[in-house]
Parts: sequence; C-alpha cells; structure tokens
Amino acid sequence: MQGNFITTKLNAMLGWARKFSLFHYPYVTACCGMEYMSAACAHFDIDRFGAGWTRFSPRQSDLLLVVGTISQKQAPILRTVYDQMTEPKWVIAFGACAVSGGIYDNYAVVQGVDQVIPVDVYIPGCPPRPEMVLDGLLKLQEKIQQQKQDWRWQKRQP
Amino acid sequence: MAEKTTLEALKQKFPEYVVEMSAPFGDETVVIRKEALFEIVDFLRKPPFDFQMLLDLTCVDHPGRSDRFEMVYHLFSLASNRRLRIKLSLPEQAAVVGSLVRFWKNANWLEREVFDMFGVRFEGHPDLRRLFMNDAFEGHPLRKDYPLRKRQPLIPLRK
Repeated sequence: MQGNFITTKLNAMLGWARKFSLFHYPYVTACCGMEYMSAACAHFDIDRFGAGWTRFSPRQSDLLLVVGTISQKQAPILRTVYDQMTEPKWVIAFGACAVSGGIYDNYAVVQGVDQVIPVDVYIPGCPPRPEMVLDGLLKLQEKIQQQKQDWRWQKRQP
Repeated sequence: MAEKTTLEALKQKFPEYVVEMSAPFGDETVVIRKEALFEIVDFLRKPPFDFQMLLDLTCVDHPGRSDRFEMVYHLFSLASNRRLRIKLSLPEQAAVVGSLVRFWKNANWLEREVFDMFGVRFEGHPDLRRLFMNDAFEGHPLRKDYPLRKRQPLIPLRK
C-alpha cells in the first residue's frame, strides 16, 4: 500500500487550491489603476502568487479588486458586479478611496466600499506601492488558507 | 488692440449696464447688470473684439450678500489672444439668467453643471437637467448651506 495514497484534510486542500488560483476582476475607477497595472504586469508580477489571470467578467472571477474612488452613483453598479460573482469570492479594497473615501469626504463619494459590499483585505495608501499590494495579496492567501471552506457553495450572507 | 480698450469700449457703449471694471494682475474683469448680458456678449463676439470662444462659465455662492450668486464668464479672443472675465450678480429669490447656448454650444453643459451644483436657472436653455448628480438628488451640493457631510446614497448602505 505504500505510496499509493496521501492523507490530508479536505479543508486544507481546498484552501491551498483556492489561494493559488485567484482569478481577479479589476474594478478600476481612478488613478490607483496605474499602481494596479504595475502590480499586475511583468515588473511586480502577481502571477508569481497564482493571481495572474485577470478576468474581465465577474462571473468568472473569485477576487474583486475595488481600485479607486466609488461615487454614490457608482455604488449600485459595484453591488451588481459583486452579486454576479460566484461563490467562493473575496474582495480587496485597493487604495485610500476604496478603504475609507480618502480625501473625498463629500456629497458624491461612498466613504469606503465596505458600506456597499463586504471587504476581506484593506490596502491603504494613496496610491499603495505595488509591494503593499503584494503584501495584501499574501494576507488574503493566508486568510483563505485558514478559513472554513464552503465547498458546497453555501451562500455567504453579505 | 491696446491695453484696456475692451473695458473702455464697453463702458462707452453700455454706460448704464457696466457696474464696475478692473484689471487685477492684468486680467480684465467687468461686472455688468444681468439685463444686458445678451447685448454685451453679442457686442463682444463681433469684430473688432472677436471674443469667439467661451472658455468657462461658473458660479460663486456668497451667502452673506444680498445678491447671493455671482455668475462668472471667461471669454477668449483667438484673433487677438486676449481674455475677458464678465461677472454678474443674481439674488437668491430670482436666481435666473439668460442662457448663452444661442451664442456658444458649449454653454449647454456648463450651464447644466451650474444648475446642478448651485440651482441657478437659465432662461432659454434647451435641456436644463442635472449634469452630475442623479435625478433623485435633493438640493444643490455646492451651495454653502448644503450640509458638509450629508449623504444621499442610491442603495441602502451596510453601515
């Protein structure tokens, strides 16, 4: 029997598989998009962490990157995009505006995307350095590895 | 054209409608009465002044003044490379001024912006709707008495 089977925990295995195959959807609305491009492309290369595949459809992606300022008019659209993503799904708030509204404490801007959708990792900075983005991604991977895997796709309560 | 001739010509042509003239830092500025806006603009658009371009059109809210709103128009003459600033005051109760869309097409969206942000109405505008805020938005956010942290979300917020 030796060498014919491996033992592991299903939860750990699912976490390991999921954290290294994040398909991300960049919801880019503002200048942080430049830093996102830098982090995503060859120079900093998030493909090293298994998150290199950008999907431009929320239905195919696991990770929503909210990059930039979300205005009150934009909020229903962001909510729709989040609802279209299939479970399991995660959200990163990228940059000061997505985290808290940033400098835009006014009538037009949502004060942090967590007022609209649940957020897993916050990356502050105006804009954040690509190294911070990679650090945030590693934090998210750690979180995915340790969380209880909803492998029967129970609907998460938003 | 020599310095100050635009202002002097305006003063000569419309003595009863020109309230004030100045040229701070070399920017020629004329304050007029709103009744004569069309006449003055029409006069300035033609040669010899040739102010054929409307660079910007905006508004200032002065809450303490009896004439609360002040419209500001920036004109540019391509022929003589000169600028002119026209100002006029509007009372809060009758914040209405003639629309410049008949002279410049780009006044359309600029006036919609001022209507959206300040609530100034433009007579003769072909399509006076809000430009930036959604149609359900209440109030005019750039007025000084609009509450600083008032929010009007389109969907219920989570917290």
